[in-house]
Order: sequence, then C-alpha cells, then structure tokens
Amino acid sequence: MSRVLVGVKRVIDYAVKIRVKPDHSGVVTDGVKHSMNPFCEIAVEEAVKLKEKKFIKEVVAVSCGPTQVTETIRTALAMGCDRGIHVEVSGKDYEAMGPLQISKIFAALAKKEEASLVILGKQAIDDDCNQTGQMTAALLDWPQGTFASEVTIDGEKVKVVREIDGGLETIKISMPAVLTADLRLNTPRYATLPNIMKAKKKKIANMKPADLGVDEPPTRLAGVKVETVDDLVAKLKANGTI
Amino acid sequence: TVCTVPSALTGSALFFAAQRCIRALKTVQAEHAPSQHYTWGRNCSSAVMPRITSHYTIFPRDKDPRWEGVEMERFADEADVVIVGGGPAGLSAAIRLKQLAKEQEKELRVCLVEKASQIGAHTLSGACLEPSALNELFPDWKERGAPLNTPVTEDLFSILTEKYRIPVPMLPGLPMNNHGNYIVRLGHFVHWLGEQAEELGVEIYPGYAAAEVLFHEDGSVKGIATNDVGIAKDGSPKDVFERGMELHAKVTLFGEGCHGHLAKQLYRQFNLRENCEPQTYAIGLKELWVIDEKKWRPGRVEHSVGWPLNRNTYGGSFLYHLNEGEPLVALGFVVGLDYTNPYLSPFREFQRWKHHPFVAKTLEGGDRIAYGARALNEGGYQCLPKVTFPGGMLIGCSPGFMNVPKIKGTHTAMKSGMLAAEAIFPKVTAEDPASETAGLHIPEYEDNLKKSWIWKELYAVRNIRPSFHNYFGLYGGMIYTGVFYWILRGKEPWTLKHAGLDSAQLKPAKECTPIEYPKPDGKLSFDLLSSVALSGTNHEGDQPPHLTLKDDSIPVANNLAIYDGPEQRFCPAGVYEYVPLETGEGMRLQINAQNCVHCKTCDIKDPSQNINWVVPEGSGGPAYNGL
Repeated sequence: MSRVLVGVKRVIDYAVKIRVKPDHSGVVTDGVKHSMNPFCEIAVEEAVKLKEKKFIKEVVAVSCGPTQVTETIRTALAMGCDRGIHVEVSGKDYEAMGPLQISKIFAALAKKEEASLVILGKQAIDDDCNQTGQMTAALLDWPQGTFASEVTIDGEKVKVVREIDGGLETIKISMPAVLTADLRLNTPRYATLPNIMKAKKKKIANMKPADLGVDEPPTRLAGVKVETVDDLVAKLKANGTI
Repeated sequence: TVCTVPSALTGSALFFAAQRCIRALKTVQAEHAPSQHYTWGRNCSSAVMPRITSHYTIFPRDKDPRWEGVEMERFADEADVVIVGGGPAGLSAAIRLKQLAKEQEKELRVCLVEKASQIGAHTLSGACLEPSALNELFPDWKERGAPLNTPVTEDLFSILTEKYRIPVPMLPGLPMNNHGNYIVRLGHFVHWLGEQAEELGVEIYPGYAAAEVLFHEDGSVKGIATNDVGIAKDGSPKDVFERGMELHAKVTLFGEGCHGHLAKQLYRQFNLRENCEPQTYAIGLKELWVIDEKKWRPGRVEHSVGWPLNRNTYGGSFLYHLNEGEPLVALGFVVGLDYTNPYLSPFREFQRWKHHPFVAKTLEGGDRIAYGARALNEGGYQCLPKVTFPGGMLIGCSPGFMNVPKIKGTHTAMKSGMLAAEAIFPKVTAEDPASETAGLHIPEYEDNLKKSWIWKELYAVRNIRPSFHNYFGLYGGMIYTGVFYWILRGKEPWTLKHAGLDSAQLKPAKECTPIEYPKPDGKLSFDLLSSVALSGTNHEGDQPPHLTLKDDSIPVANNLAIYDGPEQRFCPAGVYEYVPLETGEGMRLQINAQNCVHCKTCDIKDPSQNINWVVPEGSGGPAYNGL
C-alpha cells in the first residue's frame, strides 16, 4: 500500500464572470483569476488524510496543462502532497484536450507510478464533464468509487459511500481503484504560507503526453444539426454508429 | 444595581435609558464571550439585534472561552526586508533592492506579501502613466515587454452641464496635460512588475495578507504576521484553523496603498501624523467597456468636471481609449470624499454621468466587461506624514504621494519605493548596522524624498486641491489653478489648508435634500449588484466580517438616525444595507462582507468613525483583470 495519485485541475475561479472571446473561439483566460478546481481540493485533502492515517506512504499530485498549472501543483504540495508531476500541454493542444486524453495520461501514470489509488475530483467546474474518473478506471480496468462522500480503507479493500440520485450507496471495492470526490467528502485544509515555502523545495517532474505513450488529441470535427429525431436516427445509422 | 457593562452595550446605554435585561447582561459577563444577540430594554419592546461584529480585533481571543486550549504559536521566518503590498511602490522597492544586490554582489532576502490571489488582482487606476520612474527603474522597459502600449495622442478637458459640453483648452504647462504619457491597464503593468521582481529573485507570496504588525521589545517594528485562517463567522475556531506566519525583517516596508489598515495602526503607534493635516480622499469608480470600433480613438484621453456634481462637490470623470487590439475604453468617475450631502451616492453619480450626450455617444452599442472601485488620496503635500520609524517605513499611496491635479500617483509611488530601497540597501547589507533599535530606523529615506522630484512636484501643486474650498467651489478652484499654477507654478508663498477629516464633513440628513437618481437602463447605466458581480469579488463566507464595528449599536443610533445611513450609498459594492428587523419595528445594519472590493471608503467616510476595515483571509477580494 504505497502510493496515491491525485489529479488537480487549474480552472477559472468560480466567482469570476466568464467572458467569451470576441472571435468566439473560447473564453478569455489571459490574466483571469484561476484557482484549483474545488473538487480537486477535496481529492487532495482526502489523499493527505489517508497519508496522515498511515494507510499510504506517498501522495503524488498530477496536473496537465501549460506552465501556469505548476502553481496549482504547488498548492497541492503545500496541502501535503509529497511530489508533483506536470504533464505539459499548451496552446491549441490544451484547448483541444478533453477527458479521454486526460484519462489516458492518468492511466499511463498510474501504471508507471504503481499507484494503489487514483483520487480525482468528481468533475471540473469549467466543463462539468464528470468523465475523467470513470474513463480512467475503464482504461485501467480498475474498480471505481465515484461521487464518494466517505472513504474507508479496510485491508485490501475500500469502502466507499457514494452520493447517488436515490440517496447513499455503500460499495466495497478492491484496490487498486479509482475514486472521485464529491462535495461532502471532507473540508479541505488551507495551503498556509509556511507550507507554500516548504513546497517550493518539493520536486515537480516535467513530462509530455508523448513520454507516456499518449497521442495528440484528434482534431474535433464540427457537429451537424438535424431537424427531427428521425433525421438523427437516419444519420446515426448512415455512419454506422447504430 | 450597578453592573459593569461590556463595551458592546455602552453605545446603547447613551441613547436608550431603558433598563437592560439583567439576565442577558449576566450571561454576557459570565462567559466573557460576545453573545450572539443583545437585548434592548422595555422601551424597544425587546427588539433583538443580531450581533454584527465577531472579529478578534474587537473581541480578543485570550478572553474568549471558545479559544481555550487552541494552539496559538506561529511559525516564524527571517528575511532581510519584508514588503507589505504588491503594488507599484512595493514591487519597485523590491526590484530596486535586488538590482542593488546584483550590482554590488551581495545577498539579500526580500519577501513580499500581497493579499490578492495574484499580483494585479486588487490594482485599480485610470491610468495615465508618466514613465519617469519606470525609465529610472528599467531604462530597457520596452525590450522587457512592459505593457505600455498606448501613448497619449489627444487630450480633452470639458466642463459638462446637463446637456452640453464646454471644452477647456489643454495648454502645455497645465498639470493635467498628458504629452509623453501612456494609457495603461495598471493591473497588467503591476503584474509585469511582479514578473520582473520574481526574475530578480524576490520572494512574492500572493494570497497572504499581512494582518498584524510585530514589535520588538524596544518598540521597533520586527516584521508582520500573515492572517489566520479557519475562523468561523461567529469568531470561533473551525477544524481547519491555522495560525498565520510571522515574517521577521531588519526593516519592513508598508506599501498597502491608499488608507492601508496597518498604516492606520502605525500612525497611532509612532505618532507619525502629528505635524501634518489629516489625509483627505476621493473614491474612484471604474469600468472597462468594449465599444463600437467606429467610436474608438486609441490614445485619446478625456477628462471632465461639472455635471452631474454641483460646484461644491469635488470630482470629475475620465475616459481613456486604450490601444491593445480590441476597441477598449477605460472610464470612471471620482468623487471627493469631503462631500457634505449624505444622500450622495458616488456609484449612482457615475452611472448617470454615462448618460451625458458626450459620453453616451462613445458608449452606445458597447459592452461593459469590468467594474471596480478604490479610494485615492487627495491631500498631497499638506497631508504627508513622517514616513520612517524604527524598523520600518511607509511607501507609495499609503503615505500618499499622488499628484492630485495631474491625477497621477503611480510614478511617485514607484519613485518612493525606489528611494526607500536605495536608503535601506547600505544599512541592511552592512556588517554592523549600528542601530539604536533592533528594527532599523532609516531616516535617510525621508531626506531622500525631500530632495527628489516627488517633493518638488507635490510642493508645486499643493494649493490646487484646497483652492476648491471657496464659495465658487469648482470654478474658484479652476480660476486659482489657471492663475497661480499656470503662471506661478506653485511658487506662491502661502500653503492653503484642506477642510479637515472627510468623515466630519457630512451634514445631518434633515439639512440636505435627497438626490433623485435615474433608474439604470441596463445598457449604459447599471444597478449596483450586477456591477459588483463584474468585479469578480468573493470571500470565504464562513469568516468574521472584516468590516468591524467598534460598537455594533452605533450604525442605527447615529449613522441611520442622523445621516440616513450614508454607508448604504458610498459603498461601491453594496456591503452595507439597513434592513427591517425581523421582529417588531426598527432597522438593523446588515454587512454583506463577501461583496467588499477593498476600496477602504467606509473606513474613511463613516461619520461615526466606527467602522474599522481589517484584512480578511488572504486571496479574498476582487479579481480585477487589468483594471
């Protein structure tokens, strides 16, 4: 039982008003206040708690994106992670990145680092996809405990209380596993200044997706609008989807 | 029975002679902790006022039973110089220190703390930058990519009436002539300064506010402590409570900007204001608009005075056309905080000014993308305090070097930071500092200031702002400026005085007429709350309100009763609201601390001087982007 991988995403701060770029190619991000995705903060807190309870030895914080994400990794280090990994993706590639590519990166890293757990936030507040955790588990063929509001390690298994539409569901899954954090899992600690100063000395490894055997994301094709449901069915049949 | 009344209830005692509920008193006394409610006597039909203030600066934690046994030790670290505030002054001082260290091959640890989440996020200014100080700091600023992209090409000055505009010629030699200056987005400029500072090795810590000044045994300044985190709204410790950190330094520079909260303490502690007039201020509100390209004139600077303010209320507007790719204009309105009518709302004056035909024609068809507000200094030369004291010094807009008629303070703030650094450097790197006190006292900084162009500039324009205090108000001031400044350049032998404390200028509401403001139309003018949303301001909700009241009962008893609650009107973020009590009649003050944009106007203008702005948890506050 050694290592936990935690994914952190740098997103536009939730209190900032989003502005669409004049050319409609995306939203304005230059100079805009960013912070760690709130669900990722909860994920980091859970990982650090597990380390403090001595269930695991090392917590590795991972983030994918341009140079600025190292600030987010530093915050995770200040909260108690031991080291960081910065998977560098910038510019147009970063804008095109989606959950599938991120999951491939996490899956590759989980294998490389021999992680027993991958803990992620349930979703990012900018795209609200809620897919990365699930896809990572599928790619690794690992069990998943998503929307976790309570996590208990029980020997080689993890008991996860999940928040689902009907209420709460308790499952027991074996490790290695992927967990995604929901709001009520914990209250994240603050990254205090002495810890930020100490975090400057912790290592952040730098790598590219290609180093992990992950390809460029495919260029996203434009969508097609159809008028009726019948049209939709016909189109899906035509391109072999159904 | 005579019972000792805790300070929270003393105000009520003066205004309400009713007998207090003895049980409530006994409960408060027994716990030594502030109760959640306090009850007024029979005359008020037991109206229960929820407590407003819970901050530990008003209710010390060493007497609070909820804090018993909580670990209050702080981690401490040493630096050579600690700078409070990552604005133009603080960053220029840090940069200059590191430049000197590099030149003379000496080691120097410089730490800078800034309450905003990133450098530039709390910066707000017009701004027309005079590059004099920048040229001295970085002669190669252009190659380094400083964001000075818009040289001023046109300079317009108008006196507005309700419908018309009287152009005033911008003669060379008038202080507000902008030839050679640049229109900048100061937030971006400050961000660039931050990058330069980091490259030079300055340790910059955004998101950490300096909450407390630390003192040596001999009374000199030892450094600062950053804010504690994890205190709940009622003042009790949360599970995630952690103490702030102490940063000790040989000398601490305070560059908190206009009306800094630590500077306020230092004025009292070291009696720095005994030989100067009390500072007088203005509030500046600003918006950024993307306008129709056809109306865009990059490099154009427009200023106006007159409508909608009357001739006895100091203030005016600015509108600058930026040249950074898209048709962006920075516009805003300044109102002197020595105004007398408690019904005046600077925010609403700003909103209605935009409807003037001359302004509306630029903005029509445009989109508002940002909003913010900040207080600024108007005192100039007469209000400069002593700026050095054992262990520290004041730089930038904190003591207040703004050249009021030029409406520029960035160049003087930067220069003051640089002069501070130059005075400090030899002392702080000396083998034996030969100082009387543990914290270094470096009066050479003040001497350097007096010999510099800052002093000459401020002296020359010292009489312009006070000249507005005459029967003709604005027009008297303009005539004075034209005659004495333009001709004599401030060489007249007299020095006019300001009117006194801004907070003492308000007339009681019954002596004044309410102002009829037009409703916002949602296209040119807007309501307060949607404006506040555009500032991106936010604070952790579960923390004690950082707008602390020395006495919770005074707002209703004094501010509302006599002045009709002027804080509802002068706060540009809707923090203060008088709402009806849930039970029975009467009003109570509601403080929406999360809306605060850290402008400091309330601390300045409160007629009861009951509001004490303290710093909230770091990284809270506005999220300005290039404002």
